[in-house]
Amino acid sequence: MESSQRRTRYVLKRLFQAIPIVFAIVVLNFFLLQLAEGDAVDVLAGEAGAATPEYMAELREKFGLDKPLVVQLGVYLKNVVMLDLGYSFRHDMPVSELIFDRFFPTLLLMTSTILLAVGFGIVLGLVAASGLNTWRDTVISIFALITYATPLFWVGLMLIVVFSLNLGWFPTSGMENFAMFYEGWDRVLDIAHHLVLPTITLSLFYLALYTRLMRASMLEQAGQDYVTTARAKGVTERRIVFVHVLRNALLPVVTMAGVQVGALIGGSVIVESVFAWPGLGMLAFEALFARDLNLLLGIFLLSAILVVAVNLIVDIIYSTLDPRIEMA
Amino acid sequence: MQFWRLFSRNRSAVMGMFILIAIFLMAISAPLFFPADPFSLAGQSMSPPGANGFLLGSDSLGRDVAAGIAHGAKTSLLIGLLATLVAVFVGVIMGALAGYYGGVIDNLLMRTTEMFQTIPSFLFAILLVAIMKPSIESIVIAIAVVSWPAVARLVRGEFLSLRNREFVQACHTLGMGDVRIMLGEILPNCLSPIIVIGSLMVATAILIESGLAFLGLGDPNIMSWGFQIGAGRTLLRSAWWVCTFPGIAILLTVLAINLVGEGLNDALNPRLRDRS
Amino acid sequence: MTRLLDIKDLHVGLPAGGQRKYAVEAANLHLNDNEILCVVGESGSGKSLTARAIMGLLPKPHVHIAKGSVTFQGEDLAAASEARLRDIRGSEISMIFQEPMTALNPVMTIGNQIDEVFRFHEKMPAQERRSRALKLLQDVQLPDPEQALGAYPHQLSGGQRQRAMIAMALALDPKILIADEPTTALDVTTQAQVLRLIKQMQESHGTGVVFITHDFGVVADIADRVAVMQNGLVVETGTTDEVLRRPTHPYTQALMAAVPSLIPRPPRPRAEERVLRVNALTKTYRSGGGLLGGKARVVHAAKQVTLDLTRGETLGIVGESGSGKSTVARCIVRLTDAEAGEILLGDTDLRPLGRAAMRPHRAKIQMVFQDPFASLNPRAKVGRIIAQGPEMYGASSAEARDKALELLKIVGLDDRAYDRFPHEFSGGQRQRIGIARALALEPQILVADEPVSALDVSIQAQILTLLDEIRDRMNLSMIFITHDLRVAAQVCDRIAVMQRGEVVEIGPTAELFANPQHSYTTELLAAVPGKGWFASETKPLTEAS
Repeated sequence: MESSQRRTRYVLKRLFQAIPIVFAIVVLNFFLLQLAEGDAVDVLAGEAGAATPEYMAELREKFGLDKPLVVQLGVYLKNVVMLDLGYSFRHDMPVSELIFDRFFPTLLLMTSTILLAVGFGIVLGLVAASGLNTWRDTVISIFALITYATPLFWVGLMLIVVFSLNLGWFPTSGMENFAMFYEGWDRVLDIAHHLVLPTITLSLFYLALYTRLMRASMLEQAGQDYVTTARAKGVTERRIVFVHVLRNALLPVVTMAGVQVGALIGGSVIVESVFAWPGLGMLAFEALFARDLNLLLGIFLLSAILVVAVNLIVDIIYSTLDPRIEMA
Repeated sequence: MQFWRLFSRNRSAVMGMFILIAIFLMAISAPLFFPADPFSLAGQSMSPPGANGFLLGSDSLGRDVAAGIAHGAKTSLLIGLLATLVAVFVGVIMGALAGYYGGVIDNLLMRTTEMFQTIPSFLFAILLVAIMKPSIESIVIAIAVVSWPAVARLVRGEFLSLRNREFVQACHTLGMGDVRIMLGEILPNCLSPIIVIGSLMVATAILIESGLAFLGLGDPNIMSWGFQIGAGRTLLRSAWWVCTFPGIAILLTVLAINLVGEGLNDALNPRLRDRS
Repeated sequence: MTRLLDIKDLHVGLPAGGQRKYAVEAANLHLNDNEILCVVGESGSGKSLTARAIMGLLPKPHVHIAKGSVTFQGEDLAAASEARLRDIRGSEISMIFQEPMTALNPVMTIGNQIDEVFRFHEKMPAQERRSRALKLLQDVQLPDPEQALGAYPHQLSGGQRQRAMIAMALALDPKILIADEPTTALDVTTQAQVLRLIKQMQESHGTGVVFITHDFGVVADIADRVAVMQNGLVVETGTTDEVLRRPTHPYTQALMAAVPSLIPRPPRPRAEERVLRVNALTKTYRSGGGLLGGKARVVHAAKQVTLDLTRGETLGIVGESGSGKSTVARCIVRLTDAEAGEILLGDTDLRPLGRAAMRPHRAKIQMVFQDPFASLNPRAKVGRIIAQGPEMYGASSAEARDKALELLKIVGLDDRAYDRFPHEFSGGQRQRIGIARALALEPQILVADEPVSALDVSIQAQILTLLDEIRDRMNLSMIFITHDLRVAAQVCDRIAVMQRGEVVEIGPTAELFANPQHSYTTELLAAVPGKGWFASETKPLTEAS
């Protein structure tokens, strides 16, 4: 079929466009981190108290930090291609292993957040738009307006105060209760239990965003000519909303969901630190203060690749929704 | 004036404006009502709201939460405005050049903004502040760096559509220069969306600033709402008020700015006006 | 003959606080089976809202039927429930629209959109629905009906989309078809085909058609009866013959007088002096293509175009969309760079000149644009718009001001216009301002790109007259781009016909009309709506205004 061919070509094109962007991010971050005063050796030396200049020079040589920048970058790039992300001096572990350990929790948090935010955002936007200027619309709009203005970390803390400290419904922190040695489904349930508050915290802002976007998009599409045509055909209002308008109105929401993935990872730094969620965001924050360059580079690279991957999935979804993709 | 008539038609925008004015007054009058350094010990620690002369309570070091909020207002507004000004300035220039000239400049800008969309921007801001050492300047720069691409994209889009409009082409046939066309003909026609995105960006900047301060990346010499919440999070069990009130301050400020921004959008958006 | 539809005392109410209380006031109309009723009027006449009121499709909740009845087979549709209206829509009464691109759902295949009509009105198996849809697409003469079923709207051409709309509207053989300017967005040859199709379908099904249009040519071609609307009132109704031959209402008479006829203007002697020569001008647009496959599209917007223009002459460039006529105009005023050929203004070749080198020549060639709304800076006052040209070329601000005021008078506007913003003016007035701006630099050549195509026909005639006057008064030469041969006949001394980037024929207007050499010219002439009527009545332009 010609259209599926076109779709494949579109996805390939997008994939192709992503490569230089990922490359540019790696280079940019590498140089930015070089700008920082002090390297890992300074930090190690600082923690150890006194260290002789000879010992520090030795350490620098060992880590390859004495070479010219370009060489360091070249070595790093080569290693990245071979999936070797270097060694974390602070944790005394290969970066790839560290990241791998922390990757799953972040992925879990992100997936549940995206599903919750996009899913509920679409539903709420739809409900608000279809009951324009009724109490449903007012309630949803006010809810969206307020959550859109609330800082993530504060929501997290307030949720902890109410649901963990006062009501005791959810745990305050962590991803699972290690003391209980749960296995199988019990462990899954335990993790899900821990996941509830972080997910709600991270998704509220985006939920508000998608709700507002979906509402506006539904209203805009409802005024289009093709809706009049459908009405002139004698199609029911129900079908007009759920078949004609909905699919067109989803397009900007899907696009926005792709755009927001990067911001979502940024937000996860805060949420993970509030809930002590053992993911990449927390790792990045720890690495930053420890000046663990290799680790930070690894995390940045991984989050960029993650964003690119999610964007690609979004592109595929988009291309099934919009037959006009070739124009993009 | 027509603008005020349109703006005041939106009641929530007017409400937002009043809240904003109140916060602004609080920021400039803070040294008057709370002359002492907000970091200083002001009395009994861990006082609940209303007790020991603390309107909104005190924290574990006996710092006055109310004083912190009043002084923090200045920080939030200042950083929000400055960062937005820088971001809008850079974004408008970049977007205008890219949209007007197209070609290589445009390509470069689009790739750059795409890269910024891929980078987790908050993570990037953390990184920048950490590298430059936390201070007002570094925070403003960091927020501006992660914010300008959105302005640039918007301005580029406007310039791109306006540069092919017939009135701009008419200027070309008169032999008018590029700078004059950009500044005198095109820019005035995209001021409205720039004002709207700028106002909403102040809100975002305040949120980013509070997030940075919460993580301990604020200017250590200046009181800010995010810092208060960050310092109070360990007291969540024993002194809920330390975190709660600064959070409400952020919420109200951002909400007010968003409401004003939407009011501006309704009042300035000619599409809506023509069709009403 | 049965009466299908009876509209009595119809009032369509507008939201409170507007300029008018009613968009349509006390309209009385009726429609018989097997006839085409044309409702004709200019913008703001209420013709479209009348059409929508019949089907209960007024833009809710602000616009509504305030009074009156719409009786369809003994039932008052104005009082019918939404559910009842839904039954009728698409099965008994259906509708087609002006812009098929936006009237079709962009993310749904044509097949599915036709299928909906069947699904919501009749129970039949999917197989039968499909075969009937296919049959419909064959009936409306789509080139590949099988493929069209699975196609999305953007994959069809404008004419094909409108055919698909017609197929959809006629799916259940409705008694009434309402057509709201269905050919306005189409090229003239496509328009002729679609009009023919509507007429054929109407005759073979015995459908009653309410056809909304602003074009008396179209009326003449297809109407059985005509209703003329002005400012919400039906001012005149009658058979086509009565209304077109013996209009009784002054407004109808004025409209008829404003319709440009196909009779060319009397030839004038051609001056010797060649002010502009265009030799072998070539411009190609490339798009698409790249690393990952995808065929590069190459469009020859102008291919070896050769023209010349003498002093005082008006040269028309006529063609359909995509013919390259606008590209040629834009190359001549140097808004677009042509890649080869010569643009000789006097003895200077403008084509290779850079921006700085071009600047001294700019003033000699000026342009009038198509869209009176997009061509004036909405943030600049009219005075500044006109005066800034002379100021840039060294006039003092007082001189520029005097010049602007003088030009305002020449184009028929008040002094007070000087301090106003463009949005305070109507379309025709804005076009006058655009003309004043172009004249401010005292050009030798005026390039007008579709200057009247966005205007109502009565305003059109005024602007054409104005352009004519100005040309004579200032001894200007003019290049007049248009898609409308009727307009070209009124103002052009010579006409160049363009098709796919090439000038296929060029010659004096009268000769070209009487004896077209190229088959495409013949086709264009044949497609002019209402040529039978309006070619037979002599009606020179000057009497029209």
